[in-house]
Amino acid sequence: MSGIIPAPIAQQPWKVIFLLCIIAGFGVVVLYSAAGGSMSPWASRHAIRFGVFLVMALVLSRFSENVFKFFTFPVYVVIALMLLGVELIGAVGGGSQRWLDLGLIRIQPSELMKPAIILAVARFYDLLPIGQIRTWGAIWPALLLMGIPASLVLLQPDLGTTLTILAGGMAVAFLAGLPLRLFVIGAAAMAVIAPLAYFFGLEEYQQRRVTTFINPENDPLGAGYHITQSKIAIGSGGMTGKGYLNGSQSHLDYLPEGHTDFVFATMAEEWGLIGGFAVIFAFFLLLRWGFGLAVNAKTRFSKLVAAGLSTTIFFYIAINLMMVMGLAPVVGIPLPFLSYGGSSMMTIMICIGVLMSIDREMKQKRRSTLS
Amino acid sequence: MNRKRKANKARKKRKLITAASQNITFNRRTLFLGGAQAAVGLLLAGRMTYIAVAENERWEMLSESNRVNLTLIPPRRGWIIDRNGKPLANNRADFRVDLIPDRMKDKEDTIAKLTDLLRLSDDEVGRIKKDLEDSRGFAPIEIASGLDYEQFAALSVRLPDMPGVAPLRGFSRQYPSGAAVGHLLGYVGAVSAEEYEEEKNPLLITPGFKIGKDGLEKQFEQDLRGKPGAKRVEVTARGKIVRELSKREDVPGKPMKLAINADLQEYAARRLGPESGSVVVMDCHTGELLAMSSMPSFDPNSFSDGIGFNEYGMLRDDDHVPLRNKVLKGLYPPGSTVKPMVGLAFLEAGLSPDETVVCNGGLRVGNRRFNCWNRQGHGRVDMAKGIYQSCDVYFYYFAQRIGMDPIAAMARKLGMGQTFDLPVTSQFYGTVPDPEWKRKKYKQSWQAFDTVNATIGQGYMLSNPLQLAVMSSRIASGRNVMPKLLMPKRHKLAPNLDIAPEHLQIIRNAMSDVVNGPGTARRAQLNIPNVKLAGKTGTAQVVGLQFGRGGRDVQWKFRDHGLFVCFAPLDNPRYAASVVIEHGGGSSAAYPVARDVLTFLYDRRKAMRALEALEQSWGGTIEQRMASKMNAYVARKNAEKASQNAPAPETDSAAEANE
Repeated sequence: MSGIIPAPIAQQPWKVIFLLCIIAGFGVVVLYSAAGGSMSPWASRHAIRFGVFLVMALVLSRFSENVFKFFTFPVYVVIALMLLGVELIGAVGGGSQRWLDLGLIRIQPSELMKPAIILAVARFYDLLPIGQIRTWGAIWPALLLMGIPASLVLLQPDLGTTLTILAGGMAVAFLAGLPLRLFVIGAAAMAVIAPLAYFFGLEEYQQRRVTTFINPENDPLGAGYHITQSKIAIGSGGMTGKGYLNGSQSHLDYLPEGHTDFVFATMAEEWGLIGGFAVIFAFFLLLRWGFGLAVNAKTRFSKLVAAGLSTTIFFYIAINLMMVMGLAPVVGIPLPFLSYGGSSMMTIMICIGVLMSIDREMKQKRRSTLS
Repeated sequence: MNRKRKANKARKKRKLITAASQNITFNRRTLFLGGAQAAVGLLLAGRMTYIAVAENERWEMLSESNRVNLTLIPPRRGWIIDRNGKPLANNRADFRVDLIPDRMKDKEDTIAKLTDLLRLSDDEVGRIKKDLEDSRGFAPIEIASGLDYEQFAALSVRLPDMPGVAPLRGFSRQYPSGAAVGHLLGYVGAVSAEEYEEEKNPLLITPGFKIGKDGLEKQFEQDLRGKPGAKRVEVTARGKIVRELSKREDVPGKPMKLAINADLQEYAARRLGPESGSVVVMDCHTGELLAMSSMPSFDPNSFSDGIGFNEYGMLRDDDHVPLRNKVLKGLYPPGSTVKPMVGLAFLEAGLSPDETVVCNGGLRVGNRRFNCWNRQGHGRVDMAKGIYQSCDVYFYYFAQRIGMDPIAAMARKLGMGQTFDLPVTSQFYGTVPDPEWKRKKYKQSWQAFDTVNATIGQGYMLSNPLQLAVMSSRIASGRNVMPKLLMPKRHKLAPNLDIAPEHLQIIRNAMSDVVNGPGTARRAQLNIPNVKLAGKTGTAQVVGLQFGRGGRDVQWKFRDHGLFVCFAPLDNPRYAASVVIEHGGGSSAAYPVARDVLTFLYDRRKAMRALEALEQSWGGTIEQRMASKMNAYVARKNAEKASQNAPAPETDSAAEANE
């Protein structure tokens, strides 16, 4: 094998690239239909973006673990400053915003923080001496690392991203070996705090989203409209769907955001349960790869990073699917590789790139130990 | 010791952690985390299965109800046709425009464009704006109907600039004879809130749908309505129609055939001219009503399009009451037209037609003298002369001998005081007074002068023109004729009355003498070979004699009503008619109308020639006269408004000066 194909090519994680191409390709197919049977405006740009970010991920995968370790904290600090910058601009300019316009590109720092927080927390536990994992000193720095970006994002206000950042960091802390009872107590505390947070911490539109999620029929034309129309799309698709390009919910504009957050409903209407299962299975394969890396990686940092990034991707998928199926409030989290949108695609691809790098190093080490 | 225990405790509490144990913890917790995520994945797969399979039917239905919009197509209304199949009411293809407020973007701009395109008047724009304010958003508002094709086309081209504007092709009701059939047919109009509450039929709030509001249109609403068609269209969330899925044509309402003769109906209406009056013509064997005209009337076409304020005001303010159907709701003292009936009662009571009384211009009844209309007196009067000369004294005299009861019984037998089984909203049945009636009504006993008054059709006696025509029919045919408005499948002769045929013949001959002999209405003769008209004149006093004789020389509203009942031909009666001219100044206003209307049945050209000459002197046809009346009314209203407004500024400035 190694004789015919040059080593750099043979070393590429072809299985994963193939899997990603299939999911994103299906995304192009679905977006083609969402635009009423047209490559523009979404399908072609989605394909191009995917290509660009895949190259970016492959480039990222060439860096070694040490490079990531070295850059983790500086990058974390830069992104945290950018979050602060967004807040300040918002405060000065009036009205909240999530974007940072850098002239050439517009960056959404909260998106970048999702992978960055994983790397930072993982790096912290990597640096922490083994014996200190069950001390107070293992807890507060991690909480600080998570707390700063989480509170900045919450100010935007962007509840979905806040929760993703916190959940990602927590997952790494959990895997790093913090005492179990902290998480049990934490969960119990959440059960108490959540209602309080609902009444005092959430914006009115966020509160409405929660109440609407609990009973969408209460407000069928207002905020509940999204959830109801999404369920209509998925439910009316049935087993095999209405057929490609025949989705009435999406084509007649009943389904709002049918190309972004609710792309799964657009897909399910035309492809039915079979399409839905295929997408879920494809994501399962992707996450299995990620967790496989976590278990098999050789260094503590790469183990924690692999599991943490996989969990971040999982959050995207799970919260989006729960939202479109009426199991979670509408929080505005896109579905990886299927939803149209550059920002989230970049975040996911950064995760993928880091995971690929871990994959590559793991294989290299295995190879070197074998020879 | 103490310190040692503490240290022990701390060591116990703090587990020994190595890289290996940490790895085991990591792997265990990774397995847990991965397992939890897989569980969430399974939960999602299960949830999706539940929605897409178990609840599939429900969501599919909702998806369909999103996608498919069902619109009703108002059914074409059944035609109303006359006995010969000529339409009295039909439908004309119509272009109309509605506005759906929810779909409008710039309301002011859209209305401005529509005003420009359709040349809407300020009045109409005001109504549209008010409708827009009151609207519930999804329900269409009518902008205009009856557009011509050019306007419709111009509008359709500019639709993309005006979201919310919905042009429609539909049908609207048309009455070719206009005002001549107003009272008979009624009219149609948009459904009111109360009517919708009553029926709750979604068809009623479909744009363009109209419901019968009066007359036959209202009575036969359910038959005429038909079944709505339906159109299933695919619509986007914003209500834009993508394509038509299926269409079911409407089932037009059943045509309704009337016994009316459309031409005769119109002729009679025209012949009434500027008078306030009515004409009833019927088949005296079957009771089929050939004409039932009441004038002046309203134009049902303008009512059906939504009548303008001015036109309605004109109708309401007119002292000739164009809004009342006088055939059914006009009650008049029948005057001398009852004399044939009273004569018949005398004969049936055993009075010989040859018995006479001498009339010298009046008769003392009790302590009061009752005059004959002819103060010079008629000399010796028998029954025939009593009828053809309409001698009051003859009837004063013999009525006292026979008594009121046989007369009242005969009146009822001939249809007076009767309510007929007709598909009409209401009919006034009048009064046939008798001793019992008076006791009940006034708690007074019947007096001889009551009888005397009743025998000449005055006093308490009241009847409507239809009853007069029925009375005439029953005398003419001897049959118990009931008036019929709908054309029966087979002509059915009414059963005979139990009145001796020879008695009827005596009365008919006397009625012939009214016209053809030495009677009171010789100008009523038909100039048709072999067709003789028989009739009886009547003059009904409106006010006491102190105002004068009630002739043409007094104020209009004090003039006597002119009445005439008749039938033709004499030898073999076929048609019976009644004519009432309110405040016509006497029967001479009525019988020329009857003559011309019956002439029309035999010789249309001759009748039309007479009519055209008359119409020229009146100032044109019904429509022309209504139009000029309308203009005069509007001009007068404007003048009134101007005279009210003119002095206002002066008083204002005066008030300011005082301050």
